Amino acid sequence: MDKFRRKLRTRAVAAVSAASALGLVVGCGGSSDGGTGGGKKDGKVTITMGLFGVMGFKETGLLDKYMKEHPNVVIKADVAGDEQTYYTALQTHLAAGSGLKDIQGIEIGRAKELSDTQKDKFVDLAGVAGTDHFLPWKQSQVTTADKKVIGLGTDIGPMAVCYRKDLFQQAGLPTDRDEVAKLWDGDWSKYVATGKRFKQNSKADKVAYMDSSSGLFNAMIYGNSQQFYDKQGELIYKTNPVVKDAWKLASEAATADLTAKLRQFQPGWDPGLANSTFATTVCPAWMLAHISEKAGPKNKGKWDVAKAPKGANWGGAFLGVMDKSPVKKEAQELVAWLTAPEQQAYLFKEIGNFPSSQTALTLPAVVDAKSDYFSGAPIGKIFSAAAQEIPDEQVLGRKDGTIKDIFSQGLTLIEAQNKSPNEAWTTSDERIEKAAG
Amino acid sequence: MAISTSTPPDGAPGIGAERQRRRTLLHRLDVRGAPYAFVAPFFVVFAAFSFYPLIYTSWISLHRVELSTLNLMEWVAFDNYTALWDDDRFWNALFNTFTIGVLSTVPQLLMALGLAHLLNYRLRGSTFFRVAALTPYATSVGAAALVFTMLFERDFGMINWMLSLFGVDNIDWENNKWAAQTAISSIVIWRWTGYNALLYLAAMQAIPRDRYEAAAIDGASRWQQFLKVTVPGIRSTIVFTIVLSTIGATQLFGEPLIFGQGPNGITGGADNQYQTLGLLLYEEGWKNYQMGRAATVAWAMFLVLILVFVVQRIVKRVLARRA
Repeated sequence: MDKFRRKLRTRAVAAVSAASALGLVVGCGGSSDGGTGGGKKDGKVTITMGLFGVMGFKETGLLDKYMKEHPNVVIKADVAGDEQTYYTALQTHLAAGSGLKDIQGIEIGRAKELSDTQKDKFVDLAGVAGTDHFLPWKQSQVTTADKKVIGLGTDIGPMAVCYRKDLFQQAGLPTDRDEVAKLWDGDWSKYVATGKRFKQNSKADKVAYMDSSSGLFNAMIYGNSQQFYDKQGELIYKTNPVVKDAWKLASEAATADLTAKLRQFQPGWDPGLANSTFATTVCPAWMLAHISEKAGPKNKGKWDVAKAPKGANWGGAFLGVMDKSPVKKEAQELVAWLTAPEQQAYLFKEIGNFPSSQTALTLPAVVDAKSDYFSGAPIGKIFSAAAQEIPDEQVLGRKDGTIKDIFSQGLTLIEAQNKSPNEAWTTSDERIEKAAG
Repeated sequence: MAISTSTPPDGAPGIGAERQRRRTLLHRLDVRGAPYAFVAPFFVVFAAFSFYPLIYTSWISLHRVELSTLNLMEWVAFDNYTALWDDDRFWNALFNTFTIGVLSTVPQLLMALGLAHLLNYRLRGSTFFRVAALTPYATSVGAAALVFTMLFERDFGMINWMLSLFGVDNIDWENNKWAAQTAISSIVIWRWTGYNALLYLAAMQAIPRDRYEAAAIDGASRWQQFLKVTVPGIRSTIVFTIVLSTIGATQLFGEPLIFGQGPNGITGGADNQYQTLGLLLYEEGWKNYQMGRAATVAWAMFLVLILVFVVQRIVKRVLARRA
């Protein structure tokens, strides 16, 4: 009898192991129901959001405020630190049709690719009430050929030049922000010429004039309506004089040893800010928060902001609503609220993200904004003026982000690896062919 | 436990022939089938997570397909493979993988051997040292690479600061090809030396003590004992660690990715100076979003590993014949 029982046990073990093996397979097959995480339950509406970087909605308590005003709404926001990681995940989720949130953030460099290839997966936000207050070019960046709007604008990145007053002074340059702006008024090449003066007269030999040549490159190309692509979506970077000029001037700055050979937002740049290894950096509005945080309290009042030679836009983002979302209507309301003028002005005040709403640009909270850290610079006026100079049409391309990265690396080849500008251009050109062709 | 029993179950008297037969059948199924059921989970998992991806990857590698539009696949036959063969980046990555592999594997195994030899002596607190040797291995790649990246930082890194005490000028660790490869190798060495040392130690402890005694009586020094007794005694373990390290080196990915940080990590430096095959795969797949080309790199890596394995077998056979 005992033997029989033992046999039974064996059989049971075998059955369990076989079943669990099968279970594994089945478990892998049906992983998702295709939802977006949100839904309605017991009168409560749950809205999920996928965000990246510092968009500010969660960080400044805007989401909490919305939930307080709408007691039946629960918002769950996931914030990824790195946009590259975020976008890769978003692409995978879009391709698989699962794992998406109700609301997804869209970085400007990805806007064209998403509106070209994924527009069916987004809700058309064209007719949403109270969303006619954006800068005209902002809205056009996420409008598809058939007039569908896949996202509403959050911030934009009008540019200025952030500089160190103390370092300018010991190099015998003016320190007042209006006089500094006059040094390079209207022409980026005057900015580089000022750098040569700085280098000649500077008494601190370890201080470079600017952090990296790629910042200058970005500022120059983003001041034009066409950059790497034309309106038909064809690559024109090879012949576009805008790109050629920017490359020429940026590589001139690099070969003249005016840069600290750093890469923005990469290791070395933050300690460079804290330890004052460079005197200027081309700064979009959203960069001010980063500079003041990393340069720290000991450099407060040493930094100032001057008008850039020409207005340009670097960066910005959008919020889109997924078509599959079960709470489409509520998500649209939330997106409209988050991108409304009042909220944009609030975000500018709190973390410096500059409004993409035309109405917000007239609000006193924006116009009269001053920065304590940057020697009380009237950043509201400076960046508003820069925003007005941004061309009304901004042509985006599918691989803008990637191409920008490749050019930055091309400039690093000149700066840090002693390649000639021609050689670096050839290398960059080949890389773009492979990445975007 | 009872799988190997071969006697039929004792049937109670009076049971019909039919029942008896069913029971025999069940029993046979039990004896023959149970082992398969026991090993099934492995094969099922293998099929789902290794075999199927392998086949599907080869299918993708014959297409032009982007991550955002995985449903649109354009058949290109072997174009991806010929393009890869003609691509400088592939040969550059292959060469880098090889050089970083040598730079990290050779010192690592030599140091592990020495460390194991030291740990093999009777010394106070040996358990502590053994655990300490394993600690780096328990650290995550990410954490280790991040710390080393800070140490090797150009302007304010600790290594350059230390070198400056000896009058060495700031080294741009990231932008200089060999400096970057050395720095990355040091992360690998730091993480894996202790692990290999413990493998060697385990093998060394299996060597009979009397061999050392006999050698000592014959007048062999410690060093001679190490060369003539220890190393031959753990030869198979050494081969094992070489194979493991080679596979590890071929798949090197996390260390260089984090060492570069951001876009430069993915391309292995502005000049691809430390881009490994793993990084090239990542760049094609998750930066350029060209899944077909990424799959091709994956298969190329697989083929390289097989080639390495074959060469290793041939070398081993030749050496054995000569001995």
